[in-house]
Amino acid sequence: MLDPVLSAAEKPPILEMRGISKSFGAVKALSDVSFTVREGEIHALVGENGAGKSTLMKVLSGVYPHGSYEGSILFGGEERQFRDINDSEKLGIIIIHQELALIPLMSIAENIFLANAPSRFGVIDRDTRYLRTKELLAKVGLTEAPETLITNLGVGKQQLVEIAKALSKDVRLLILDEPTASLNETDSAALLELLKEFRRNGITSIMISHKLNEITEVADRITVLRDGRTVGTLDCHEGAVDEDEIVRRMVDRDLESRYPARTPKIGDVIFEVENWSVYHPQHSHRQMVKNVSMQVRAGEVVGISGLMGAGRTEFAMSVFGRTYGRDITGTVKIHGKEADTSNVHRAIKAGLAYVTEDRKQLGLILAEDIRKNVSLAHLGGVSSSGVIDDIREMKVAQEFRTRMRIRSHNVYQETGKLSGGNQQKVVLSKWLFTGPDILILDEPTRGIDVGAKYEIYSIINELADAGKAVVVISSEMPELIGTCDRIMVMHEGEFVGEVAGEEATQENIMRAIMRRKGR
Amino acid sequence: MSTPQEAAVAPKAGTGFWKDNLRDYGMLISLVVIVIFFQFATGGILLKPLNVTNIVLQNAYIVIMALGMLMIIVTGHIDLSVGSVAGFIGGLAGLLMVRWGINLPLAILTCLVVGGIIGGIQGYFVAYFKIPSFIVTLAGMLVFRGFMIAILGSQAIGPFPPIFQKLSSGYLVELISSDGGIYVTSFIIGLIVAALMVWQNFRSRARRVLHDVESEPMAFFVAKNVLVFAAIAFVAYLISSHRGLPNVMIIMAVLIVAYGFFTNRTILGRQIYAVGGNARAAELSGIKTTRLVFWTFVNMGVLAALAGLVVAARLNSATPKAGTGFELDVIAACFIGGASAYGGVGKVTGAVIGAFLMGVMNNGMSILGIGIDYQQVIKGLVLLGAVCVDVYNQRR
Repeated sequence: MLDPVLSAAEKPPILEMRGISKSFGAVKALSDVSFTVREGEIHALVGENGAGKSTLMKVLSGVYPHGSYEGSILFGGEERQFRDINDSEKLGIIIIHQELALIPLMSIAENIFLANAPSRFGVIDRDTRYLRTKELLAKVGLTEAPETLITNLGVGKQQLVEIAKALSKDVRLLILDEPTASLNETDSAALLELLKEFRRNGITSIMISHKLNEITEVADRITVLRDGRTVGTLDCHEGAVDEDEIVRRMVDRDLESRYPARTPKIGDVIFEVENWSVYHPQHSHRQMVKNVSMQVRAGEVVGISGLMGAGRTEFAMSVFGRTYGRDITGTVKIHGKEADTSNVHRAIKAGLAYVTEDRKQLGLILAEDIRKNVSLAHLGGVSSSGVIDDIREMKVAQEFRTRMRIRSHNVYQETGKLSGGNQQKVVLSKWLFTGPDILILDEPTRGIDVGAKYEIYSIINELADAGKAVVVISSEMPELIGTCDRIMVMHEGEFVGEVAGEEATQENIMRAIMRRKGR
Repeated sequence: MSTPQEAAVAPKAGTGFWKDNLRDYGMLISLVVIVIFFQFATGGILLKPLNVTNIVLQNAYIVIMALGMLMIIVTGHIDLSVGSVAGFIGGLAGLLMVRWGINLPLAILTCLVVGGIIGGIQGYFVAYFKIPSFIVTLAGMLVFRGFMIAILGSQAIGPFPPIFQKLSSGYLVELISSDGGIYVTSFIIGLIVAALMVWQNFRSRARRVLHDVESEPMAFFVAKNVLVFAAIAFVAYLISSHRGLPNVMIIMAVLIVAYGFFTNRTILGRQIYAVGGNARAAELSGIKTTRLVFWTFVNMGVLAALAGLVVAARLNSATPKAGTGFELDVIAACFIGGASAYGGVGKVTGAVIGAFLMGVMNNGMSILGIGIDYQQVIKGLVLLGAVCVDVYNQRR
C-alpha cells in the first residue's frame, strides 16, 4: 500500500522498462530505451511521430511478445514476459488506443462487459451488468443509461466509456494514446480532471499526447523520446516545465517560434460565400449552417474557430461539392463570378480544394502509394486522351515529395505506412496538384508532431504568398492565432465574431463564443 | 501471361523489386509448376496439341467473365448472377436464332445489349440504391435462372446456325496451305504477338532508363523477356500443330489486352481502383463513384452475355443447365489471381492466370480419372491455399 508520507518523487516504481530495443527488419524503432513509471503518478510520454512511443507501448502491453525485443520489463517489482495482450491485461495494464474500439450498435453495458460479462452458468446476468455499468459510469462522470447505444454518444463520451471499460478490469496502469486528439476543449478538460481524480485514487496513468499545454497541466513527470531513444525525463515538481523546453528536446533543434513568420500581401476578394444555409442530412428540420457569409482575399489566411459541432466542417463540406447536408442554399463567388460547386468535380474545376479533417478515412487511399494518391484528384494532369503517362505521373509525385519534404524511401511507398505528418503532406500535395485558388484546410495538423506542424504552417504561408486564399479550420486556438490574418468565430451554425490576427487572443475568441452562449 | 502494360507501370528496384513482384510472379510460377506436374502425371497428354486447344476452348468463357468480375471485385463488390445471366443469354440466343430465325448479327447484338441491360439493372440497385451487391446479385442469380427455364421450357433448343457455331468451334482461316501438319499462319501470328510483347517491354524499359526511373535489374529483364517469348512461341507452336488458332482464343486475347490496358493505363481504370481502395476519399477527390460502380456492372453484364454465347455455340444448343456454377469458377479465378476481397487490389493478368490455373487442374485431373467429387475438394483447397499464401505475403 502507498505510504502517504512519501512524496511523489519517492514513490516506488510500478513499471520499469530497461534497455528496450526493437527492430523491424533493418529499421531500428527503439534502441536501448529506459522508461520508469512511479506508482500513482501521471506520466506523459512525448515525442514526434515516429519517435517510438507507440512501439514502446506495444512492447509493454504484449502486442510485441517477449522475445521479439531486447531488454526487460519489470512490473510491480517482478520481471514479466508477456506473450500477448491478455497477459498484460491480467496484471491490470490497460491501453486505450487513439482509435476507439467500441462497437457502435451495441449498448454501453454490452461494450464495457464485452469479453467478461458477469454470468451465471454461461448466461449473461443482465441485472448485475446493469448495476456494475452504472457504477462505472458514475466513476467517469457519465449519467447516460447503460443501455444507450454507443452510436448515439459523442466522441468525448465514447472516450469516457472506454475508460469505464478499463476500470471494469481492475486497472493498475492505464495507458492513454492521444486521449484528447478528437475531443473539444470542454471534453478534454473533463478528461484531464478525471485523470487527476484517478491519481488521487492511486491509479497510475501513462498519457501519450501532442498537446503540450495539457501535459504540463496534469503530468507529474514527462519522458521525451526522440528517434527511438530516451532523451530524458522531466520532473514537473522540480520547478515549472516550460513547453518550449519540451519541444526543444523532442525535435533537437531550436524552433524560432512554433509558427513561421509571414508578411501578408493581401489582394482583392477572390472567394465569397453568401447566405449559405445547410440542413442536416437525416434530420431535415435541423439547420446546421444558418445563412452565413464570408469573404476571403487573395493572399489572406482566414481561420474559422469554434467549438466541436459549431458547424465548421459542415459549412466547408457543403461548399465543396455539396458533400454534406441537404437543402443547401446560397451562392459561391470566385473571382467575383458565381461559381458552380454543385459536385466535387465542378468545385475542383472552379478552383476550390478541401483538405479533410480525417486524412485516413477521407483523404487517402492507404493501400496505394504516394504517386497514385498525389495524382488522384487531377488525373487529367498526368494523362493525354484518357491514358495515364506513368513517367509524368511519377515526376509530378517526385516534385511534390521534394517540395513538401515528404519523408519516404521513394514515391512508390504505401501511404498507409507513412507517419501522420507525411500523410498530411501527401494529401496537401494532392490538392495543390489540382491548382486551386482557394484552399480550405480542415484541422490540418490534427495528430501530427511539432516538427511536421511547423512544416505545414510554412506551406500555408507559401500558399498565401503565392496569392491563394486560404481558410483554416482548427480547434486549436493557438494555431489559428499563430497562422491567420483574420479569425472568424462560428457557433451553432453562425459566425458570431471576427477578430483580426494581431489582436486575437484565446480570451477574446472564447468571449465571442460565450457571449452567444449566454444570450 | 504478362501483358505489356503490366511491366510499364511497375518500376521498382533492388530488394523491394523482388518483394513487390513476388505476388505477380508467384502466381505465374504456380501455374508453371502445376502444368509441369500434370504433364508428368498424365504421361505427356496434358501438353498434346489437341489437349492444349481443348483447355483454351473449355476455359475461354471463364476468362472472358473473369475480366469483368475482376473490376467488380476491385470496386469492392461481387456479382453472383453471372452464371445465370450467361445461361439466360444462351437461352435467349437459342430463341432468337433457332426458334425465330432472326439473322445472326442482329441476334448477337440483341443478346449483348440485353446482357448490358441486366447488368445495368443490378448495377442501379447496387450503386444508386446502395443495396449490398451480394444480395442484389443473389436475387439476380435466382431471377435469371428462372427466366431461362421459363423461355426454354426445360428442354434444349438447337442446333444453332453453322456460322454461329464457328464462334466456339471455328479456327482462324489459314492463308498458306498447311500440308506439313503445322498451321503456318497461326504460328506466325503467335510469333508476332510474342515479338510485339517483348518489343513493348523493351520500349517501356528504354523510356524509364531515359527518364532516369528505377527499373528492374537488366539480367532479370532479359531473362523475363526470353521466357515470355519462349512461352508464347511454345503455346503458339502447340496450338498451330492441332488446327490453328481457335476463333474464341482470338476474342479472348484481344479482350485480355484491352482490359489490361484499360485497368492499368487509363484514368477510368485508375478511378475504379480508387473507388475500391477508399470510396469516400475517391468521392471527395472528384471521382464519380456511383456512376463508375454502375458501369462496371453494365460491363459485367455484357461480358456475361458474350460468355453465354460462347458456351451456347460450343454446346451447339441452349440447355437449361448451361451456366450453372460458372459464377463460382469466375470468382475463384479472380481470388486465386490475387484480387482482394476488400476491394482496391487485383490485376487482369492475375485473374487470367487464376482462370487457367483452375482450367489446367480441371483438365489434368479429368485425364487422370479423378472423379468430379474429389476434383471439387481439391479445387476448393487450392482456392483457400492460394488466398492464404497471398494474405501471408502481404503481412510480411
